[in-house]
Amino acid sequence: MTRLNSPEKLECARKEIVSRIDPTKPCISVCAGAGCLASGAAEVIAAFKTELEFHGLTTEVNTKGTGCPGFCERGPIVMIYPEGICYLKVKPEDVAEIVSHTIKEKKVVDRLLYEDPATGTRALRESDIPYYKNQQRNILSENIKIDSKRIDDYLAIGGYAALSKVLFEMTPEDVMGEIKKSNLRGRGGGGFPAWRKWEESRNAPDPIKYVIVNADEGDPGAFMDRALIEGNPHSILEGLIIGAYAVGAHEGFIYVRQEYPLAVENINLAIRQAAERGFVGKDILGSGFDFTVKVHMGAGAFVCGESSALMTALEGRAGEPRPKYIHTAVKGVWDHPSVLNNVETWANVPQIITKGADWFTSYGTEGSKGTKIFSLVGKITNTGLVEVPMGVTVRNIIENIGGGIPGGKKFKAVQTGGPSGGCIPEAMLDLPVDFDELTKAGSMMGSGGMIVMDEDTCMVDIARYFIDFLKDESCGKCTPCREGIRQMLRVLTNITTGKGKEGDIELLEELAESTGAALCALGKSAPNPVLSTIRYFREEYEAHIRDKKCPALSCKEMIAFHIDPEKCKACGSCFRQCPAEAIHGGKKLIHIIDQEKCTKCGTCFDVCPSRFGAVRKISGEPVPAPIPEDKRAIA
Amino acid sequence: MDISRIDQIIDKHDGEASSLIQILLDIQSEHNWLPKEALKRVCERLQVPMSRITHIATFYKAFSLVPKGRHQVHVCMGTACHVRGAQRVLDTVQEVTGVKPGETDSDLKFSVETVNCLGCCALGPVMEVNGKHHGNIAPSQIASVLNNCE
Repeated sequence: MTRLNSPEKLECARKEIVSRIDPTKPCISVCAGAGCLASGAAEVIAAFKTELEFHGLTTEVNTKGTGCPGFCERGPIVMIYPEGICYLKVKPEDVAEIVSHTIKEKKVVDRLLYEDPATGTRALRESDIPYYKNQQRNILSENIKIDSKRIDDYLAIGGYAALSKVLFEMTPEDVMGEIKKSNLRGRGGGGFPAWRKWEESRNAPDPIKYVIVNADEGDPGAFMDRALIEGNPHSILEGLIIGAYAVGAHEGFIYVRQEYPLAVENINLAIRQAAERGFVGKDILGSGFDFTVKVHMGAGAFVCGESSALMTALEGRAGEPRPKYIHTAVKGVWDHPSVLNNVETWANVPQIITKGADWFTSYGTEGSKGTKIFSLVGKITNTGLVEVPMGVTVRNIIENIGGGIPGGKKFKAVQTGGPSGGCIPEAMLDLPVDFDELTKAGSMMGSGGMIVMDEDTCMVDIARYFIDFLKDESCGKCTPCREGIRQMLRVLTNITTGKGKEGDIELLEELAESTGAALCALGKSAPNPVLSTIRYFREEYEAHIRDKKCPALSCKEMIAFHIDPEKCKACGSCFRQCPAEAIHGGKKLIHIIDQEKCTKCGTCFDVCPSRFGAVRKISGEPVPAPIPEDKRAIA
Repeated sequence: MDISRIDQIIDKHDGEASSLIQILLDIQSEHNWLPKEALKRVCERLQVPMSRITHIATFYKAFSLVPKGRHQVHVCMGTACHVRGAQRVLDTVQEVTGVKPGETDSDLKFSVETVNCLGCCALGPVMEVNGKHHGNIAPSQIASVLNNCE
């Protein structure tokens, strides 16, 4: 690859790449993000290659693996260009039909299109699917246009033009001014204005400065950073180089968690290709600006997403946070000024430069500008990544984009902000989603995880789940966090196992206050899941404590399974599949559960045919005695 | 234990003490665990105290100071997987393998670990066996997946 040493050469190279692309030539794009790969995308790509070879179409048709378009639940996703046909849940066995029908005969394979569950109408293109129609995909939409392993694809859609503009047409102050005007706030959680960190670092007298990408997405239930770094690594790299130019840094780090091997692979490849083309290294694009970047893998510690802990980990030590009397922007890695921003924050930078701060601020609310990517998961019909302008209501996201709750169940709450966040109840569904509104509601934006819960989710158990998570992840260095979390977990475990007592709720509130005195945000925000569930679902806590009942029928120790003798048709499904051999039954013999042997795994409940619905979950009341032997025979 | 291979890994990172975590990750990915001789070598070459290496090896979840099984089973316990029944998946894995999370069986066949998020939240619950993801896994499918491991 030739090194590009001037903006003109970059534009020439871009024109040359674009001229090689024939927009009328058929192209089969398959999502090769981790989600679709888990659903078998690699096999689908391989099948397309074999099938095209069989038909002698290898040169006439392009195939490529792209980044994640977000609709992970319906993966593997296949797009056929130039028509833009979108096929969902494609299996290798569908490939032959797609090639013969769609590629050769230009006909559509109806059964692979999206079908609206309400109306039964099918959507031909991605833009016709309600899931996508209601989004504003400024950042995510680029994922599907490119093969993340090819820098030329990124150049073709205008990649590195922002970098070239910055280096040759703008001073670092201009860049800073544009970012300030855009009011870009950190997408990783706190929503701290990006320009303030940049400015602080820039003004620090120390000449050695660093810029860092925080790709340690430890928030369970969120994966937008993974999708971006896998799908469009160059956009993050470009944002980072622009940031380096603005603050005067010549060295950068990308801290990626090792649980994301594909992200590590793609970002390393992107850096190598960028260096070959001259976007990284000495004298970038002939501007005289030097910048190098190194990838650091995390080793599995949630606390390393915290800025001072992450920087300690970069130095090769255990990633424990430190008090930040002096901001890391002034005293960070090896005590040098270090600007740390999240993946999504960096990905916004090139777009702000190219399209301008005014374009960026045309999206969003007064205090939160631009779009935000959410990971919409849990008990929701359409799971996946969702990008919307800030200020869209929770209801809009859940009902119009997410398609509501599956299985006719009732919505209960949505958890945002990960372990540092809180739960939003049904009464607050019309809350506009932005940094400030979520904080007011006792939750937070976090990195954008939205976990939807239905009536089967126990809110006390959710609080216990997060506290248990944080107990494992606390570095243990400061006492309020280490001891506070442990005690909260003890109380919550007691409540969910039926051993809760009066005064436990107040004790939790008291513990929450003292845990909040911790050193870093992990401990400070640890009480949020507990406090927000108490605030909105206090009656569930009381039912556990007073009535020894789990209203959601979820806490294992507080429920029992019972077969309704009126409804049991002796089909034997539960009898055959019970792993604990706790079910007694036979041909034409009503089944009963031996409560002593039952491990409450719920298999009987799941396998009992819905037309019978004989297995019942019981909580807070005695289990009816099994019917006498002589009455068990079905006539 | 091939010490020259450990040296190669250390050299790949220019023998820099700041790359300690990266060096340990490389050793771990080759051996599946961190043998004591390897750590001693790292300690000598990088000139960092053993206490710091042990601190790191116990602080981060990715590291193991005991040998791991031939087949690594990871059950994702992220929030999205949790609300879709990850605990039942873990219970079933434990029943099938007879191995508790964080442990390895005596003939080094299975190691079972829980992870806090694999980033496949839309497909929860997720079980990962030797790097391959199994999304939307039902407890009833687990035995057949694990029985395919030799």
